[in-house]
Amino acid sequence: MNEHSNKWIGQRTIRPDGADKVTGRAAFGADTTMPGMIWGKVLRSPHAHARIRSIDTSKAESLPGVKAVVTARDIVNFTTDKPFILGIQDMRWMCRNVMAREKVLFHGHPVAAVAAATEEIAAEACKMISVEYEVLPWVIEIEDAIKPDAPILHEFNKLDGKPSNITGKLEHKLGDIAAGFAQAEVIVERSFKTRPVHQGYIEPHACLVSVASDDKTTIWSSSQGQFMVRAMTALLTGLTQSDIRAIPAEIGGGFGGKTIVYLEPLATMLSKKSGRPVKMVMSREEVMRASGPTSGSSSTVKIGATKDGRIVAAHGIYYLQAGALPGSPIRGAAGCSFAPYDIPNVLSQGFDVVSNRSKVVAYRAPGAPIGAYAVECVMDELAVALKMDPLELRLKNAAKQGTKAAHGPVYPRIGFVETLEAARAHPHYKAPLGKHHGRGVASGFWFNAGGESSAQVNITEDGNVVVMTGHPDIGGSRAAIANIAAELIGIDYKSVSVLIGDTATIGYSNMTGGSRVLFASAMVVTQSAEKVITILRARAAKIWNIDPDAVTWEDGAARPAGDNAGKFAPLTLAEIAAKATETGGPIGAGVQLNTTGAEGGFATHICDVEVDVDLGIVRVLRYTAFQDVGKAVHPSYVEGQMQGGVAQGIGWALNEEYIYNRNGQVDNAGFLDYRMPVCSDLPMLDAVMIEIPNPKHPQGVRGVGEVPLVPVMAAIANAIHDALGIRFYSLPMSPPKVLEALDLPRAAE
Amino acid sequence: MTDIRYLAPRTLDEAVGAFAAAAGAARILAGGTDLLVQMKAGTVSPGLIVDIKKIAEMTTIEETADGGFCIGAAVSGAVLGEHPRFGKVWPGVLEAVNLIGSTQVQGRATAGGNLCNGSPAGDSVPAMIAAGAIVTVQGPKGRRQMSVEAVPAGPGRTNFAPGEILVAFTLPPRPKGSGDAYLRMIPRTEMDIAVVGCGVSLTLEKGICTAARVALGAVAPTVLLVEAAAKALVGTKLDAADLDTAAAACSASCRPIDDKRGTIAYRTKVAGVLLKRTAAIAADRAGKV
Repeated sequence: MNEHSNKWIGQRTIRPDGADKVTGRAAFGADTTMPGMIWGKVLRSPHAHARIRSIDTSKAESLPGVKAVVTARDIVNFTTDKPFILGIQDMRWMCRNVMAREKVLFHGHPVAAVAAATEEIAAEACKMISVEYEVLPWVIEIEDAIKPDAPILHEFNKLDGKPSNITGKLEHKLGDIAAGFAQAEVIVERSFKTRPVHQGYIEPHACLVSVASDDKTTIWSSSQGQFMVRAMTALLTGLTQSDIRAIPAEIGGGFGGKTIVYLEPLATMLSKKSGRPVKMVMSREEVMRASGPTSGSSSTVKIGATKDGRIVAAHGIYYLQAGALPGSPIRGAAGCSFAPYDIPNVLSQGFDVVSNRSKVVAYRAPGAPIGAYAVECVMDELAVALKMDPLELRLKNAAKQGTKAAHGPVYPRIGFVETLEAARAHPHYKAPLGKHHGRGVASGFWFNAGGESSAQVNITEDGNVVVMTGHPDIGGSRAAIANIAAELIGIDYKSVSVLIGDTATIGYSNMTGGSRVLFASAMVVTQSAEKVITILRARAAKIWNIDPDAVTWEDGAARPAGDNAGKFAPLTLAEIAAKATETGGPIGAGVQLNTTGAEGGFATHICDVEVDVDLGIVRVLRYTAFQDVGKAVHPSYVEGQMQGGVAQGIGWALNEEYIYNRNGQVDNAGFLDYRMPVCSDLPMLDAVMIEIPNPKHPQGVRGVGEVPLVPVMAAIANAIHDALGIRFYSLPMSPPKVLEALDLPRAAE
Repeated sequence: MTDIRYLAPRTLDEAVGAFAAAAGAARILAGGTDLLVQMKAGTVSPGLIVDIKKIAEMTTIEETADGGFCIGAAVSGAVLGEHPRFGKVWPGVLEAVNLIGSTQVQGRATAGGNLCNGSPAGDSVPAMIAAGAIVTVQGPKGRRQMSVEAVPAGPGRTNFAPGEILVAFTLPPRPKGSGDAYLRMIPRTEMDIAVVGCGVSLTLEKGICTAARVALGAVAPTVLLVEAAAKALVGTKLDAADLDTAAAACSASCRPIDDKRGTIAYRTKVAGVLLKRTAAIAADRAGKV
């Protein structure tokens, strides 16, 4: 732990990218152009499920203005029998997601792409591509997809020897649940359903790709990882990584949805074939139809406790939609759902189910909100059955340092208990409620992550500092890194410039995701800064002609120490920088690491709702999120993450859902009818940061970005129950559903 | 790819001539907040666009000598909102017009376009029908007038004859003791489309409702004038039982569909709920006049 004075760490400094963003100078994915640039468009499947018999592109190719057409033939085929893993993705599925190969698997699945002089010509040419389809029966919902006679998406996928749409399984086990439930005096078991929801980033996917005749390729695009863009594009096009330079644009929201590529490989092949730079920008409708939402789910959770409120056994079964290709976040659902609790006997099972929907992609704590929704609603019912306060029940069973979690770890120092105690002591928990008002609580966990990061810290000739890292800044990481660099080097925050390198200018850095960026980049920046300070001390020692060990670095200046203390006037950073050439050359240092020690994040939320009982509308009146944030390096952006997660959860809980029509097509592919919350739907979301430093991190950082979404749906469902006495077991809790439930005759609970 | 011709005539005759000559291949551009979106989505591809915003009659608001209003079909919601008198006389109509889209959209969107778009969910339409507004249309055969409720023919369709253009709305003078209101049910709080909309205009004399008009949006293929609900209000003191009767009449008039925006059961029930809430606001305003 850094025990410095914290002059900058913890300060609400002005974000380095702020001025560009508020004045419109920031360049996002669609903002780059090149001389000679042409436009690419995607032809998408009109069917939910069909075999592609043939594709004839000849008419499109002969349309004046058309420069290139690509189909699956132009994309590298990763055969279905051999897994090829890249991060959490399998290239067998990636190659079939960017371009349909044997079959189209969902309405909107790409089947071809065209590059032409104008967008209009490209769109017209798409209409001239003739595709012969053999239309197949399709399946959308989990219950239908796991029926014995369901249409099978991938004949090669077998379960118990038979073709199946269940494409993956995962199990976490601790103790013996049969023995545990035998001890239980109160058992609550319930089943839940959630709908797929989209990440809802404002900026659609966009890229510009230029492939030169020697294959040297430049990609400008908005993503959560320029190195992911480089690697996936190389694999899907057959180019080598060293030929590709992927330049990260500013990103207009990702939330996990920009952790894979859609357009980049297509634009690369179109550019390679045409010899022209190719720009592609998705429409909102394309984003909604063909980029990943997170899974819909079908879960059953059973929890047993003794009469005094000690939980003795828990069983969770989570079926998650993967979309058209395998890979739903069952690890998040099964791994995180019971993680806040110290339970001796746990079985947590996840099942990955494919159906004819767009492939799911990560969304803020992937899978964890789905699991927590089920578990935290059952916890609420258990508290009622035990006549216990819901926070007391959680406190009684809360995981602590030394608790063994079913998903693997024995926890080090964690701050879950502190979130519960803070919630219980907060005025919100005791505030009076009005008519048709209700209050709910829920907790949540997210793993957080470390992984590969690189940093370079350079001292400019005039004695300022340039820090470069390799992660797109989605949540304010540049501001936090500037705080850390200023703190360590002992200079003014304004003397530090933080940049995000492209794949040619900084070492490999894993994606912005998993709540890992500040955890990991702070480590490599810290070590780089420490190396730079060592160099600065050595340069001062050389100037003074004393031993480097006899030089200390304090407040941005080298000072003689020990026997030499006071013998020389301190040398500032600027003074040493000015003499860099004669003392050994440019001053800078870089560090590349696979970081470890990211510890889990916990949160507890309190939510008040008001229900309009005649219209079935639920409004969130007050919301307070309590979270162990480790160390808030830049509190404004930690609070922003907490508020953002809650806002997304409110949408997921109350109105957001993909609605499919009878033809297997998304019927609400736009922001009018896919109802994300607007500002006026939300009260001020209060964020209470609790700082229990991560002992394995130099600044005590824990990931903060994802856990704020985890408890929200259950907190709202529990609040609605408190208001109405009605439990809802499916999301969204939209007005028609709430009003229908209110109109049903009810027995008193 | 087809070329699009764009015309911005200065006179109505010129506009009607060009519009009629294009025989269905033309679209009228007022604010464009529906048309441009539909063109971008590829659902319409007109050969000719006739922009009516340069025609003086279409862009003016006139308060007539008898206390009525004449509102050009191309007057934007923002301009109508800035009129010093209109919102005082017809607060319900104004709030309905001002619910269309966002602040930015309000700078362009018009009540005329909202009506001609033919959506059963258009916010201004139930309020205009409740207000008893009349529209003036001009076509190759000259001018005529029709009630607002006679305009919609079904989703996306109107009863205008080929070549006819909506020119203006005329709202009648207001008797003393009158008030109007519009409410819509949306799952969010703004930036949304009505799942049900309800417009009520009524007149009170000594606490008795002497005249009423009720209209419902998004519960049938067209916006409905619900005469049975109005009848249930007239002659009453608008007590709870009277409002219940009118609400039941509203629910009975609904012929909605199940769709992504709401269910049949939900819309049918909510129509009655909104009637009660809207009538209460209209009555409150009538009492204050």
